[in-house]
Amino acid sequence: MWRRIFAIVVKELRQLSRDRMTFGMIVMIPLVQLMLFGYAINTDARHLPAGLVNLSDSAYSRALVQAVEATQVVDFQQRYVSVVEAEAAITRGEVKAVLYLPADLDERLVRHPAFAGQAYLAQPIGQWLVDGSDTVVAATFRSLRQMPLDEVAGRASKSSTPSFEVVQYFNPEQRSVVNIVPGLLGVILTMTMVMFTSAAIVREREQGNMEFLITTPVRPLELMLGKIVPYVLVGFVQVIIILSAGHVLFDVPIRGGLDSIALAAMLFICASLTLGLVISTIAKTQLQSMQMTIFILLPSILLSGFMFPYEAMPIAAQWIAEALPATHFMRMSRAIVLRDAQVMDLQFDALWMIGFTCIGLFIASLRFSKRLD
Amino acid sequence: MSHSDFAIETHGMTRAFAGVNAVENLDLAIPKGTIYGFLGPNGCGKSTSIRMLTGLLSPTSGDIRVLGETLPGAEEKLRRRIGYMTQKFSLYDNLSVRENLEFVAQIYGLNRKNAKLRIAELLTLYDLGGRQKQMAGSMSGGQRQRLALAAATLHHPELLFLDEPTSAVDPENRREFWERLFDLSAQGTTILVSTHYMDEAERCHGLAILERGIKRADGSPQQLMAAMGARVIEVSGDDLRTLKQSLITESAILSAAQIGSRLRVLVRSDIADPLAWLKPRVANRAMEEVRASLEDVFVTCTGERVGANSTLEADHVA
Repeated sequence: MWRRIFAIVVKELRQLSRDRMTFGMIVMIPLVQLMLFGYAINTDARHLPAGLVNLSDSAYSRALVQAVEATQVVDFQQRYVSVVEAEAAITRGEVKAVLYLPADLDERLVRHPAFAGQAYLAQPIGQWLVDGSDTVVAATFRSLRQMPLDEVAGRASKSSTPSFEVVQYFNPEQRSVVNIVPGLLGVILTMTMVMFTSAAIVREREQGNMEFLITTPVRPLELMLGKIVPYVLVGFVQVIIILSAGHVLFDVPIRGGLDSIALAAMLFICASLTLGLVISTIAKTQLQSMQMTIFILLPSILLSGFMFPYEAMPIAAQWIAEALPATHFMRMSRAIVLRDAQVMDLQFDALWMIGFTCIGLFIASLRFSKRLD
Repeated sequence: MSHSDFAIETHGMTRAFAGVNAVENLDLAIPKGTIYGFLGPNGCGKSTSIRMLTGLLSPTSGDIRVLGETLPGAEEKLRRRIGYMTQKFSLYDNLSVRENLEFVAQIYGLNRKNAKLRIAELLTLYDLGGRQKQMAGSMSGGQRQRLALAAATLHHPELLFLDEPTSAVDPENRREFWERLFDLSAQGTTILVSTHYMDEAERCHGLAILERGIKRADGSPQQLMAAMGARVIEVSGDDLRTLKQSLITESAILSAAQIGSRLRVLVRSDIADPLAWLKPRVANRAMEEVRASLEDVFVTCTGERVGANSTLEADHVA
């Protein structure tokens, strides 16, 4: 049995080493994706293009505009003379938002609590007209509602004791990339692991190797294991590339033990590979296997908690997410890499992936019949 | 012959795909140690029959015994005793000759030492020694076919199935290939080979002619030729095309096919003297009775008339 598994492993590794394109992709996919996501994905919106309708044109209004620009949230790129013109600019997509400062801005400032005015007379000093279709953009502007006016007023405001103090553990500077890199491990491994193995059996069938192979004494489980093992190594190479590049390029802390990371990665790689194998026993052509891979990949990116917090999703979506190995790994990987959790702290996710692998291997071996009918 | 003298025995072996019989009621009794051929055009059920006999397909009905084991049921037991060379090259294009053979040796469970010896032996036998580092995908049809045969016989199978083994091979290599098959046969291997080449079929000890899944004739090439039910006359002279057109309207003529400057005419054997019968119909052209070939057998068995659409239609015209 072991001799046959070994034979298949050696054969797969030899074929892989001769397929330069695939070999290159093993290294390039994680590197390029890491760069792309690491630099590009940013949930803190910065430097949004904005317009200004300033009907006041006082010294205070100019100070206020400067204070807003100083937050780096917006760049005032356009000035408009009226609200109608500003609204048209938002519709055209020229700017994401327009700050409207009324003519009586100075009086409003005086009545504002920051200027020790009477609270019952207080009114907002201006208005943001926002293209609210993108919720991230809208939320960013909403965060400006309570912008301190100390600098505009030239003195400390009276009542700014916050209701809550927030202490941000693990990512005090709130850099998105810190959360993205461990998550990216899950996305890239899902992509490459499922893709490689989903084509594994189909390819042999398409190229005619299968008809010979099934007349030999090889057993389905031996074939399945032989197909998986080489890609476990590939998976580990990718884990090393992503984590070290993330650490060097983006300064992502790796707080957890390498043994815990390796164990979690091992579980996830095996689960993803068996998922690919199951696809491989269902698909008839490599194109079909690719389509099914994408079918798995999209929810693995969107529902696993990589892009959006898992807890914010509706229950039904959470159930779907729970079925995906990526969701469990996303949790484990972030917990271990960022929060120094142990695999034992994450028993549920670990056990789930072990179960997934065993069931997947069982189904794939069962579905793979050494017959042509 | 007792049961154990047959490598393959089938009774009423039938396989239907979507209600259409690809193989119908095939009875076979192939003695051990012989080379047996399936002759027939593409789609006649040769590959389907071989797949049933190797245990890859289950028969819709009928009994199959291969090397004394009953199929379906004993597939795994038979795997080590049979070898199968598929119609399409089924080894790995991006592995070298030696790597392919090493893979097959390990799959069949040979230990390192035996594998090494056996591979060395096969490389010499099949004249692949100089190419053991070459990728299988970059080799010629003949070389690939020798590699495939080496792989299929690596574990010394008692029974070897070859599905159109020479379809991608030039005539010279085909001769060479058959020499190897006779060597294997001499060592006691039973060989079942499918082909659509007459010259190959003529080399077999026994032969089944298949057409649309039905066995039309069975026997040694000599027997088949003797029992053909037609005699072969070659006519030479001018304007053979016109002659052919007029001859094939006769119901006593099974086929007329031009071969170079001669017209090969199959006359039903119930015509006692075909030469005399033909004389008034060929108008002073030269005639000669020749030995029947397997192609003639094939034509008479399958009712396929060269130069006419079908026997029925020709009869109708006559």
